[in-house]
Amino acid sequence: MIKQLIFGASLLITIGVLTYTIRKYIAYFKLTKMNFPIRNIGKRISIMLEVAIGQTKIFRRPVLGFLHALVFWGFCVILVGSVEMVVDGLAGTERALGVLGLVYNIIFGSGDVFALIIAFAIIIFLVRRLFLNVKRFNGIEMKHKNHLDANIALSLILLLMITLLGMNTFYLENASRLGHDIVGVYPVSSFFATFFSGLSDARVYFLHEFNWWAHILIIFFFANYLPYSKHFHVYLSVPNVFLSRLQPLGYLSNMPNITKEVKLMLDPNAAMPETEEEGIEKFGVADIQDISWKNYFDSLACTQCGRCTAVCPANITGKKLSPRKIIMDVRARMKEVGDELVKNKDFTDGKTMLRDYISEEELWACTTCNACAQECPININHPSIIVDMRRYLVMEEAAGPSELNAMFNNIENNGAPWQFNQQDRMLWAEEIYMNKNNADA
Amino acid sequence: MEENKIKINVPIMADRFAKGEKPEYLFWVGSAGAFDDRYKKVSQAFIKILTYLNIDYAVLGVEESSSGDIARRAGNEMLFQMQAMTNIEIFNAYEVAKIITCDPHAYNTFKNEYPDLDGNYEIIHHSQFLQKLIEDGILKIDANPFKGKKVTYHDPCYLGRANGEYEAPRMVLKALGLKLLEMPRNKSFALCCGAGGGQMFKEAEKGDKEIFIERIEEALTLNPDVVATACPYCMVMMTDGLKYKDKIDEIKNYDIAELIAQALDL
Repeated sequence: MIKQLIFGASLLITIGVLTYTIRKYIAYFKLTKMNFPIRNIGKRISIMLEVAIGQTKIFRRPVLGFLHALVFWGFCVILVGSVEMVVDGLAGTERALGVLGLVYNIIFGSGDVFALIIAFAIIIFLVRRLFLNVKRFNGIEMKHKNHLDANIALSLILLLMITLLGMNTFYLENASRLGHDIVGVYPVSSFFATFFSGLSDARVYFLHEFNWWAHILIIFFFANYLPYSKHFHVYLSVPNVFLSRLQPLGYLSNMPNITKEVKLMLDPNAAMPETEEEGIEKFGVADIQDISWKNYFDSLACTQCGRCTAVCPANITGKKLSPRKIIMDVRARMKEVGDELVKNKDFTDGKTMLRDYISEEELWACTTCNACAQECPININHPSIIVDMRRYLVMEEAAGPSELNAMFNNIENNGAPWQFNQQDRMLWAEEIYMNKNNADA
Repeated sequence: MEENKIKINVPIMADRFAKGEKPEYLFWVGSAGAFDDRYKKVSQAFIKILTYLNIDYAVLGVEESSSGDIARRAGNEMLFQMQAMTNIEIFNAYEVAKIITCDPHAYNTFKNEYPDLDGNYEIIHHSQFLQKLIEDGILKIDANPFKGKKVTYHDPCYLGRANGEYEAPRMVLKALGLKLLEMPRNKSFALCCGAGGGQMFKEAEKGDKEIFIERIEEALTLNPDVVATACPYCMVMMTDGLKYKDKIDEIKNYDIAELIAQALDL
């Protein structure tokens, strides 16, 4: 009974802290713009099955992609075991889901195998981060705390897998000594159990309890660590894929407020329906209040893997732009100013995301080639927010590079980005000759 | 002009419409196709193919203007929408239903972005148009000087990644009997030429290399006879790359339309 009480209290604390965190994030989301409607649920589900559950984009780097996919699929299976632990912890039962019979054996048997596979994969990931100088994990945006965060998250997962295997191993040993029926099959742990036959019964009992508690308490801690970590992606990447932008990568969103103005310009008599919005509208994105809620969701779901930056032509050729940094800056800026803005939406600290976090040089280095968006395993669209910030620079401040301003002028005055007269648009066609013998084929 | 040549009169939409005719296709030449000295040759080559095959088409001529694509990507949404709405008005006035263009950027904005402003048309990139003609047996290519030559194809971002069209241009190259060699970064992994998003019209930001050099070096590892492209920006950048590497005399940079026109001896 005392065990159940301690468990219940830990669970309450976990849920309590998590609720606090979620409410904080909801308040942050409310600061952003609600301009990303969710339609086409069927298509979204199929993308989610393919890209998130099927891990198709992560496989674009096949070796590490496969390791990640194993970790992901293993997590899905092992999650059932965590649910069982919560049931057991509250009800004082042992292996309560055992009633599932064959299904239980399949899930827990594969979970046992996955625990070993995940531990192996995590060790490789840690070795890559700690001992190999992987270019993708470096860059101006990758500070000490980012590396530390990654290593803490990986270490916690490794501990989770070790305690899970420990729990299974000593469960087997303990149950057999007490003459209990074994619930489930454990291919890996039954092998490990053979090494511990020399331990005393009390030691085996203790080690089972220890691993059980360690495992669940690490889960409770991990659950509350994640929202403050780049590993928030454990929660958010599947939903983020569900929330993918559905248009082709080449699409940039239309700005309806501009459409209204342009229609009035082209036809001053056009009757425009009155819009609800009051006040002067700002064009484009300068700070965190101007982004869409989906931009913020992207920033929270990003796990800083750097696949975007690794394929960015600007970054590859030494320019300052790193698509990963742009996404990380969104999150960082909200973290800096979010609490103050929640208290007072007119709060200003004299800084903006544009310039104080993201420089013009970065924005103007983008070729909008969409390699970053193509690569992102969770379908973040980096070019759209880059263009949104360019929109602010150009339309609010006329602060684009002078060559681009010249290009705009040319388009405006003569309908081409170069300084050629529109009346000369057919000169290219004046002297086209075709070989006669082929002309009438 | 030489006696064995005949002059092509490119049909103008306004003229044909005045005669009560409604051409099946509008050929969108694009600003580069009309003004860029190198890309004019691509427009001319494509016109020869259209004429050779008796395709029912017309161009807008002096009524054509910028698609607005670069303006939008460079952040000038106002200018983009002015261009788009004006173009849509013209398309609708001529009851345009199908638009062919050699420019993947125009293709992308017409196809994906004009519908937001109520401009809905069937948009065909010239690589898709040529591929369909070959597939349908309308465009037949027999023996030609390119047969067996080594070609590598540089994917334009706005045809490839942006719109998922990787196969049509490759099938055209294969139909010519060219030996297609793929760069390490190809199709959805392709490296940009460096000209998109307004870069064509400005100095590159500070860095340690130009993007087009990085890309042409990748192409050169294959030792090709031809670097094929299907985009005006890519053409400028790849040609610059070949010049920079002093390879312009050995390795030719052609648009797929030029290869077809030459293969047919048009």
